[in-house]
Amino acid sequence: MRSIRAAAVGAVTMSLALAATACGGGSSSGGGDNSAPKTLTYWASNQGSSIAVDKQVLQPELDKFQKQTGIKVKLEVVPWSDLLNRILTATTSGQGPDVLNIGNTWSASLQATGALLPWDAKNLEKIGGKDRFVDSALSSTGAQGKDPAAIPLYSMAYALYYNKKIFADAGIAKPPTTWDELIADGAKIRAKGKTVLGAEGGNVSENIHHVFVFGKQHGADFFTPEGKPDFTNPKIVDAVKQYVDLMAKDKVIPTTDAEYAQNQSVSDFSKGKQAMLLWQSVAATLKAQGMSEDDYGIAPVPVQSGTPGTGTQTNSMVAGINISVFKNSKNIDGAVKFVKFMTSDDEQKILNTAYTSIPPVKAAQGDAAFSTPATSVLKETLATSAAGLPQVASESQFETAVGTAVKELFADAAAGRAVTTASVKAKLEKAQQQMPAA
Amino acid sequence: MTTTTPPVTEPVGTVPPGAARTPRRSGRLRRIGLPYLLLLPALLLELLVHLVPMVIGIVVSFKELTQFYLRDWSAAPWTGFGNYKLSVDFDAPVGQALLHSFFVTVAFTLGSVALCWLIGTAAAVFMQDTFKGRGLLRALFLVPYALPVYAAVITWVFMFQHDNGLVNHVLHDQLHLTDKPSFWLIGDNSFWALLTVSVWKGWPFAFLIVMAGLQNIPGELYEAAALDGAGVWQQIRRITLPSLRPVNQVLILVLFLWTFNDFNTPYVLFGKSAPEAADLISVHIYQASFVTWNFGTGSAMSVLLLLFLLVVTGGYLVVTSRGRRASDV
Repeated sequence: MRSIRAAAVGAVTMSLALAATACGGGSSSGGGDNSAPKTLTYWASNQGSSIAVDKQVLQPELDKFQKQTGIKVKLEVVPWSDLLNRILTATTSGQGPDVLNIGNTWSASLQATGALLPWDAKNLEKIGGKDRFVDSALSSTGAQGKDPAAIPLYSMAYALYYNKKIFADAGIAKPPTTWDELIADGAKIRAKGKTVLGAEGGNVSENIHHVFVFGKQHGADFFTPEGKPDFTNPKIVDAVKQYVDLMAKDKVIPTTDAEYAQNQSVSDFSKGKQAMLLWQSVAATLKAQGMSEDDYGIAPVPVQSGTPGTGTQTNSMVAGINISVFKNSKNIDGAVKFVKFMTSDDEQKILNTAYTSIPPVKAAQGDAAFSTPATSVLKETLATSAAGLPQVASESQFETAVGTAVKELFADAAAGRAVTTASVKAKLEKAQQQMPAA
Repeated sequence: MTTTTPPVTEPVGTVPPGAARTPRRSGRLRRIGLPYLLLLPALLLELLVHLVPMVIGIVVSFKELTQFYLRDWSAAPWTGFGNYKLSVDFDAPVGQALLHSFFVTVAFTLGSVALCWLIGTAAAVFMQDTFKGRGLLRALFLVPYALPVYAAVITWVFMFQHDNGLVNHVLHDQLHLTDKPSFWLIGDNSFWALLTVSVWKGWPFAFLIVMAGLQNIPGELYEAAALDGAGVWQQIRRITLPSLRPVNQVLILVLFLWTFNDFNTPYVLFGKSAPEAADLISVHIYQASFVTWNFGTGSAMSVLLLLFLLVVTGGYLVVTSRGRRASDV
């Protein structure tokens, strides 16, 4: 009898406990506060050649921060493939990090979810004001006319990396400055049995970065000034076609690259199989893959004609990583302090040197570490000829829809099917229809 | 999470007083009530783990849950059947893509289940007689089923690569079956790549289940049939297959549901945006919700998928059970 009663009591207790836990979880409304001022959780993006490298780079700096402020920072390096999903899940549940890195192109999309702390004048003042940062980097921190949702942390730009030995063997004196030159050089390189230019045809983000720049060079944008998708604009169709034609017609991108999505084109380049690579701040990775800095040169990305500049002379997106504070943080003040620390002149020099990126902080850019031949091309590009991807709320959807369209066009080209203006337009039309109506 | 401790003491006090008031009736109540009381934790867990998420999913499918409402999703506006209309409007691109993905999935599932069953049954029948090395072969056959999905599928990704993949090496370089190396992970071939991996991964399960089923067929049946002059083929058709019927009924249903809902294989094989030819519905729905951040539409599609699978399962069980009852008579 006693054991039955015990069982009954146990059952009731457990049921009530279950009911209580079910109701207790997931209260996501309500903003952040300062109830846990001694700790911070930081989600860093994977910037080094591996997650272990990132931990090695960041941990000493976090220790330094702890010494200064007494706040312990728990570091988690999140791979790129998971980062956006992790942020979305954290947004929905309200349980997330205090400070996090985001790809700068996501700024407006994540800003729209309301998950990130807006950097109004008061908050910006705490980290030294807006004027400390380079304009191009600030252009990718949120929708225009709103308080930024993020602060620039590392800046990067695309450049043309070329293998000096292959160029010399093929009798090419200097890197191409226009696409026509690149295509002409391509014939000489192919004659030597090497492939010409690498691409990641299966990687939707890479595809977007390139067709965005081609769009600019054709004088067109993927969104109207009101923020409506405009993918079937004839100039955009031409721009996308020009990029895919590098494989389909001009044969400079090998058909194999249509299925690349895991940076295989970088290893093709570092192994000396391929003459050129369009990439952002790849020096550290090339070194890790065993390619000496003396073996390759670095030049601005080609344009249609003339020299890189603004408008149709744009030759790179503003690539980079932003740092944000999660609005639900239990340590808002500490989080802001941490952002201040990470964007301080000294830390900017240390971190951007480690990642071979460019500091978005003006005062840090003057350091000698960012005036080497490799970094000066990137710095110059960022300052004069880079444009930010559209800062609209549906940017993430745009990347997926148009990036997939380009991926499918590459697949067509690889299979030997004709890529025509009509087929490009059809794919872009489909992409546009997938965009949210709002 | 924080309020778990207070209720612990309360129920101890509340149950006995009721028992003290009317002893006889409460005794009966207790006898009847106890089993239900003991079931309560399991019931609540079941609610928590299964039903609550399902109900929330269904509720979300009636909401316009886009990125703008993610942070406080209970505030997302109701859209009624808006998400459903969007999903089944087959003239519009979203509905068209869903329908296309549905047909691809049906073709893929039928092909995969048929091949899995065929290969699994054939292997099980061949393995029925004892011979040297049978145990080893059986264990070997089960390896694909035992391997972690990710490890197995990523190996296939390497094998399917255009330049240095094993598949092209064998088909093109050695057997010269194709004029030039084919692409397997993009374009139309991706369907066959997906089917291959799915069958490779799925047939050992069919093999295992059929093998278990074969153990229950009495050996005398075969002996009697052999005496009556039945050949091997006739034995399989007249004895083995009819005896396996109840096993097959469950096996095919389970294979169908698993294959239809398979997410891991296409996701590891193709990543977030699958090629059109291999755009399975599970990945399609994932894309509709996670990649475009429209969780309302994604939920609506999931509910439609659930309804479809319910109808198919129900219909299948009715048809096969009726057939069985008739044959039993």
